[in-house]
Amino acid sequence: MAVPWEAMDASIPGPALPSTTADTDLFIAGQVVGSRLILGTGGMTSPQSLREALVESGTSMATVAMRRVDPTTPHSLVDLLGELGIQVLPNTAGCFTASDAILTAKLAREAFSTDWVKLEVIGDEATLLPDTVELVAAAEELVDDGFVVLPYCGDDPVAARRLEQAGCAAVMPLGSPIGSGLGIRNPHNIALIVEQATVPVVLDAGVGTASDVCVAMELGCDAVLVASAVTRAHQPPLMARAMREAVSAGRAARNAGRITRRFHAQASSSFEGMADPWPQA
Amino acid sequence: MTVNGAPWTGLAGTTVGDLVAEWCTSSRGIAVARNGDVVPKSSWDATRITSGDRIEIVTAAAGG
Repeated sequence: MAVPWEAMDASIPGPALPSTTADTDLFIAGQVVGSRLILGTGGMTSPQSLREALVESGTSMATVAMRRVDPTTPHSLVDLLGELGIQVLPNTAGCFTASDAILTAKLAREAFSTDWVKLEVIGDEATLLPDTVELVAAAEELVDDGFVVLPYCGDDPVAARRLEQAGCAAVMPLGSPIGSGLGIRNPHNIALIVEQATVPVVLDAGVGTASDVCVAMELGCDAVLVASAVTRAHQPPLMARAMREAVSAGRAARNAGRITRRFHAQASSSFEGMADPWPQA
Repeated sequence: MTVNGAPWTGLAGTTVGDLVAEWCTSSRGIAVARNGDVVPKSSWDATRITSGDRIEIVTAAAGG
């Protein structure tokens, strides 16, 4: 008994957008975000490699963490991003409670004069999966305080909806755990989040290589955030270039409208007009 | 008193602005929390460190 193809194909929808050749700009909180690839800066081994990767990625926004100053190291990261014209997106990485995340966001606003924050509230040390209860609470308070909140969340459409209802400017569902490189483990959930969202969807976390980014864009995500997959690659600048091209390819494929999957073949060459050198009697 | 988790013994009357000048080469990209609340840059010079204060001086670090 054959499995109904529709059941096997549930994860990736068919054409969802009208075919178009000209792409539209990505807007988050009313601001044009020039590149659909957001880069995380953590995990890089050399400042030169980070610089080259940022340039090769073509990104217009990069995340930074908030940490205690180290008097022995000059704080050049913000200067580097400023020099390259890349918007600083502070995160609340390492926070396990809403109150920690809120304080970190406020410190970032003071340090960088930005209302934007990638909100992370972690609920488990081993998996770094988000604590949705704390996340929604923090999002509500930060939105009330005028922040542009981009929450890192699970691939749960209900959580994504709650965050959107809380006033978040985007939702950033994970593909798989942070730094795991496992790609998108539940593409159908990402498709569901995309389908319902009225704010941009940024696939965040879990990307291992360029094909994962391509799939995210084909599923209809508006942008992708990549950190470890670039910074821990053997050649980060080259991987950054690959990610940039994957965003572009995946986005174009999404807009072009993919064919429906078929269980059996469908010839692309017509059978009509075929020669018949051995006609049967 | 602690600064970034380490015991700190400074002169009485030291301000947050003095601390930042001591710890950082520039005040660009720096933020300060005092006992869990942000001290706005505009208040650094008027905010004096007092006994028992927990000061955190933070900036951007590489991170996803």
